[in-house]
Amino acid sequence: MFKFFEPNKIFSITSKAPKYVLVLFIIILTIGLTEALILSPQDYKQSHSVRIMYVHVPAAWISLGIFSTITFLSVVGYIFKIQNFFLISKSLAPSGLVFNIVALVTGSIWGKPTWGTWWAWDARITSMLILVLFYILYLVAWRIYENNDKASKITTIITILGIINVPIIKYSVDWWNTLHQPASINILSKSSIHISMLFPLLIMTAAFALFSLLIFLMKYNTELIKIKNKGLDRL
Amino acid sequence: MYGRKVKLRFLFILLIILILILTTFLILKSLEENVVFFQSPSEIKALTEIKKKKIRVGGMVKKDSISVVSKEVKFIITDFKNEINVVYSGVIPNLFEEGKGVVAEGYLKDKNYFLATKILAKHDENYMPPEVKAAMEEK
Repeated sequence: MFKFFEPNKIFSITSKAPKYVLVLFIIILTIGLTEALILSPQDYKQSHSVRIMYVHVPAAWISLGIFSTITFLSVVGYIFKIQNFFLISKSLAPSGLVFNIVALVTGSIWGKPTWGTWWAWDARITSMLILVLFYILYLVAWRIYENNDKASKITTIITILGIINVPIIKYSVDWWNTLHQPASINILSKSSIHISMLFPLLIMTAAFALFSLLIFLMKYNTELIKIKNKGLDRL
Repeated sequence: MYGRKVKLRFLFILLIILILILTTFLILKSLEENVVFFQSPSEIKALTEIKKKKIRVGGMVKKDSISVVSKEVKFIITDFKNEINVVYSGVIPNLFEEGKGVVAEGYLKDKNYFLATKILAKHDENYMPPEVKAAMEEK
């Protein structure tokens, strides 16, 4: 039951979804940007440059989240031979790569006025750069292998190699001396970010997640159309 | 419940992940010296020899230790156990302040004296509006 899915049925839903997601994205982004750029207070130490955080941190979260999702779907898809999971993974990757690059670029812009440097070989920055390379490798693998079965095996290996990096990114600031400060948001203990700054951060994260969903749906629909054009009604 | 092939694939993936974790751990362990972005004054004190290589020292700027003489800035980096004197001339980042984090890049003259060629300011994980900070300080 898991193994087969009908592209037509899924397509009838996913082809209609983008316009609603787009409307929701615009609404949430408007609220998020207003909060982040105008309504939220400046930081006691960094003053207005703290506003870069509202793009930098959500972008980094989304890129890590997408890579983890891709890995999970690929591994489960590989073990249980679920082709659809690979299609989802393949369609998710581009927005993950884009947000990963956004995180690096905004980090560089933020680093100059606060730390005093555009770039430092600190453990977290370096490991985020490695993640970009894995995203690129993953997408390139889908391009060069035309045989879907082969491509899904190779991309699964790439995600497993890459996922080791994700906990390193997360805990690099605790394990080693880094230029990055330790995490501000803790689920189990009190966060060290004021609620008036946490709120826009979460809204912006929701906006970026919706954007990823939008790009995902568009990519996924393209994949479904490709399958339909091949004349297959089930995978 | 699942077929033999599914179980085999599952074990195969599990094996790959375990070996990868082990490999990564061993690599990072052996490279630890290079993974850290800076060393603390205590780690400098524990050095057996002073190399001419460029290194980074990080910690807190000691309270009331910054002094500016013409173009030179002198201050003390402390980790509350050991201290090191730093001399620097050049651009100072905005967040460089007494009682805050700093990373200095440069050369060790001796274990107490560091000649910096670049200064980076470190900030902590606290984010709050100025009013909240003021209210906290009143308490």
